[in-house]
Amino acid sequence: MSTPPLLETRALYRNFGALAAARDINFRLEAGARHALIGPNGAGKTTFVNLLTGVVRPTTGAVLLKGRDITGVAQAERVKLGIARTFQINRLFRRLSVLENVYIAVAERVGAAPSMFRPAGRRRDVVDESMRLLETLKLSGDAARRISELPYGRQRLVELAIALGLKPEVLLLDEPAAGVPSAESHIILDAIDRLPREIAVLIIDHDMDLVFRFAERITVMVSGAVFATGSPREIAAAADVRAVYLGQASRG
Amino acid sequence: MTEPVDHPAARALAERHRLRIWEAIPWLLALGFFFAFPKHLGFGTELLVTVLFAISLDLVLGYAGIVTLGQAAFFGAGAYTVGILAKQGIWHEPITGLLLAALVAAAVGFGSGLVLLRTQGLTLLMLTLCTMALLEEAANLAHDYTGGFDGLDSLPIAPLFGRFEFNPLYPTTQYLYVLAVLFVCFVFVRMLVYSPFGQSLRGIRENMLRMHAVGAPVRGRLVLCYTLSAAIAGVAGGIWAQANAYVNLGTLGLDRAATVLIILVLGGHGRLYGAFIGAVAYISLSHFLARIYPTAWQLGLGLLLVVIALFARNGILGIAAALRRPAHRAAS
Amino acid sequence: MTFGVDVASMLLGGVAAGMVLFIVSVGLSVTMGLMGFVNLAHGGFAMLGGYAIALAMRHWGFGFVSALVFGFVLTAAVSAVLERVLYARLYGADELDQVLFTIGLVFMMIASVTLLVGPENQPLALPSFLRGQLDLGILQYRAYSVVLIAVGVVIVAALWLGFERTRLGAQIRAAVDNRRMAESLGINIARLFTITFAFGSGMAALGGGLGAEFLGLDPQYALKYLVYFLIVVAVGGLGRVTGVFYAALLIGVLDFALKKYVPQGGTAFIYALTILLLLWRPQGLFGARAT
Ligand SMILES: Nc1ncnc2c1ncn2[C@@H]1O[C@H](COP(=O)(O)OP(=O)(O)OP(=O)(O)O)[C@@H](O)[C@H]1O
Ligand SMILES: [Mg+2]
Repeated sequence: MSTPPLLETRALYRNFGALAAARDINFRLEAGARHALIGPNGAGKTTFVNLLTGVVRPTTGAVLLKGRDITGVAQAERVKLGIARTFQINRLFRRLSVLENVYIAVAERVGAAPSMFRPAGRRRDVVDESMRLLETLKLSGDAARRISELPYGRQRLVELAIALGLKPEVLLLDEPAAGVPSAESHIILDAIDRLPREIAVLIIDHDMDLVFRFAERITVMVSGAVFATGSPREIAAAADVRAVYLGQASRG
Repeated sequence: MTEPVDHPAARALAERHRLRIWEAIPWLLALGFFFAFPKHLGFGTELLVTVLFAISLDLVLGYAGIVTLGQAAFFGAGAYTVGILAKQGIWHEPITGLLLAALVAAAVGFGSGLVLLRTQGLTLLMLTLCTMALLEEAANLAHDYTGGFDGLDSLPIAPLFGRFEFNPLYPTTQYLYVLAVLFVCFVFVRMLVYSPFGQSLRGIRENMLRMHAVGAPVRGRLVLCYTLSAAIAGVAGGIWAQANAYVNLGTLGLDRAATVLIILVLGGHGRLYGAFIGAVAYISLSHFLARIYPTAWQLGLGLLLVVIALFARNGILGIAAALRRPAHRAAS
Repeated sequence: MTFGVDVASMLLGGVAAGMVLFIVSVGLSVTMGLMGFVNLAHGGFAMLGGYAIALAMRHWGFGFVSALVFGFVLTAAVSAVLERVLYARLYGADELDQVLFTIGLVFMMIASVTLLVGPENQPLALPSFLRGQLDLGILQYRAYSVVLIAVGVVIVAALWLGFERTRLGAQIRAAVDNRRMAESLGINIARLFTITFAFGSGMAALGGGLGAEFLGLDPQYALKYLVYFLIVVAVGGLGRVTGVFYAALLIGVLDFALKKYVPQGGTAFIYALTILLLLWRPQGLFGARAT
C-alpha cells in the first residue's frame, strides 16, 4: 500500500434533521495540493469544512489525517495536528488590533498562550513572528488598528493571517474573497497564490476564473454529495457538471 | 537569530504592560485619604474592599467576557470561611485566614465553573444566579455554623502580625491592611491581564468560536480564569469579614452581586482601573444619598443604568477614552 | 385516608401556585425565546400590574374581574411603549447591556412605586364569592385556589389555541425557531415583537394580581421572585408555552410539597435540581434540542 493521503474522508455522512448536508463523501487531499471545492449555494461545502475541522461531528463515517483516524478528535486538537481554516463570514477579535489578532494565533501555536507570569509583549518571538506574517500579507501598515476600523477586504486578509499564524499543513479556505469588492479581491488572491507549496490548500469559491487558474484538482459538490472530481480540464469538459453548476454560474 | 521587528504596533504591544506615571495616583490618593480623613477610615475600608471585589469581577467579565450575576457567591464563601473559622475557635490569624478564604472560594469557583462554563449566554447567566441562590440557602440552613439569617458577629480576629488590633471604632489597622492586600491582588491581576494568558482571555471574550479554531483549550482557560477570580473575590469577602468582625447572608445575595456589577460597569469594565473609578463614584454617592433619600437614590441609580446601557456602554473610563480618541486622530 | 386528603390538598395548593407562576412566566419565556432578550424587568411588570389591580379595586371602585382587565391593558400599553422606545434599541446587543438596562428599569419601577404608593404590602381584597371554602367531595378547599386553577387551565388552553391555531401564533413560533427564515418570509418582526412583549407583560400583570393573595404585593416583589420566574422559564425551555406550563406546575407543586414536609431545605433543593437539570439539558426539560 502506498502512503496514505494527507487528509481523507471515508463515507462521511451528516444529517441536520431531515436534511442530508453531507452524503457519502469520500475525499482525498494530497500533500501540497491545490484543490478547489465548488458547488451551488447550500451544497454543503461549509458543512464539509466543519466536518474536517471538528466543528461538526459526522453522523457516520471517518476523517483521517495521514492515515490516523481523527474523527473523535476535538477541534482545538486538530489545529495542533496541522489543520487550519478561514471562515466564510469573518470571525475575528473585533475590538483587538490586527497585530493582537495574529499574536493570539501564534502564541497558541508556540505554546506561549498559557503563560501568566510575564507580559505578552515580552514574548518578542511571538510579536516578531506576527509582525513578519503581517508584512508578507502587506498588512503591517494596519497592524495597530482595530479590526472594527478596517475595511472588509482587509479584514479578510486578517482571517488568512490568523490561519497562517498556525503554520498549518492543511489550509481550508472557505470563500476567502467573499464579500470583497472585485477591485480588491486580487490582493487576497495574490496572497493565496504566494502560499508556500508545503501547505496543502483546499479552497472553496464561486469565482470560476479563480478556481480554474488556481486549482490543480477540483471537486464538485451538489446536495451534500460529491458530484465529480478531476483535473480542471476534466471538470470543464464534463457536460453534466456544466449542466448542474457551471451553466448556472455563468448564467447567474 | 532574527532581528526584532521595529514597528510602532510591535513596540506598542511590547511596552503595553509598562507602568505609567499616573498609575501611582490611586495609591497616593488612598494613602492621602488615610492621613486626611482619620475619622472616615471605616468608609474608606469599605471602599477599598469594594474595589477589590470589583477587580475580581473585571477579570471574568471585562477580560473573559463571562456575564455573571453570581459573583457574590465567592465573596460570601470567603467571608463565611473567615467567619466560621473564627467563631468556632479554629483560626483567628488574619493573613493565613485570607489564604484559607481564597482557597475555599477558589474551590467553589473551580467546582461550579467546571460545570457552569459548559454553557453560554442565558443558561450561563441563570446558572450563576442559581449557584449563588443555592449557596445563600445553604448558608441560611446551616444556621448552627453560620448563624442563619442573623449571621455571625463579634468575630474574634487575632491582631495583625500579633501586634495591630482590629478596632471597629478606629479602623486604622483595617484600612492599611485592606490597602496592602488590595495592592498585592491588583498587581497580580494586572500581571495576568497583560500576559499571554490575559490576551487569550480577550480572544475568548471577542470570539469564542475563533479561539477554538486557533487551537485554544477554551473551557480550560475559562475555568482557570473563573477560579482565580473566585479566589480574589474570596479574599475580598474574607477581608470584609475580618474588617467588620461580622458576616451575614447579605454577603451572598443578589444585591451584592448586582451592586458590584453596576460598580464595575459604571467605571468601565475590561479596563483595570474601572473598578477604582466605579467604586469611588458609587460608594461616595450611595454613602451620602442612599442614607438620606434611599428611594430617590434607587430611582437615580436605575436611570443611570438605563442610560449607561443605552448610550455609554463602556462606563466612565470608556467615555474618557472616546473623548480622547478624536483628538488623537486629529493629531496623528 | 387523611394522607390521601393531605396529598390532594397539597396538590391543589401546588397547582394553584403553579398556575400563577405560569401566568407570570409565560411572557418572559416567549420574549426571551423570541427576542433573545434577558429581561430581568419582567417581575417588575408583574409588580406594576398587581399594583394597578389593587389600586383600581381599592380606590377607583373596580370589581375584581374588571380590575384584572384594567391591570392587563394598562401594563401591556406601558410595556409596548417601553419596548418600542427602549428595548428595541438593545435587540442583538451584548447580554451585559441587556442585563444592566433591565436591572436599571426594575430599580426605577421599585423606586417609583415606593415613592408614589409606599413601601408597605398592598392587601388585595378578594370578592366575597372567592373567599369561602368549596366542598370538593373528599375535602373542603379554599375556593380561590380552585378558581385559580380553573382560570389557569382556561388561559393555557386559550394560549395554546392562539399559539397553534392563529396566524400570529404561527408567526411567533416560526420566529422563535428561525428568526431569519421568518423575516425572509415577510413576517413583520418588529410588530411581532411589540405585540408579544406587550401581551407577555399583560399576562405578568394578571399573575401579579391573581397571585398577590399568597405571594404578597410590595415593591420588592419585582426582584424577590425573579429567580423563580427565571427558573420556570429555563426549565420549561425558551419560547415554549406548554413547556412553561409543565415547568410551572412542577415547580409549584414541588415548592408547596417541600415547604410542607421539609420546610428547611425546600428552596435549596429546587435550586440544586435546576442546576442539575440545566447541566443535563441546557435547553430545558421541554425545549427543542439545539443542533
Ligand atoms: N448547523 C446547522 N443546522 C441545520 N442546518 C444546517 C446547519 N449547517 C448547515 N445547515 C444546512 O446544510 C445545508 C448546507 O449548508 P452549507 O453552509 O454547508 O452550504 P454551502 O455549500 O457552504 O453554501 P454557500 O455556498 O451558500 O456557502 C444548508 O441547507 C444549510 O441550511
Ligand atoms: Mg458556505
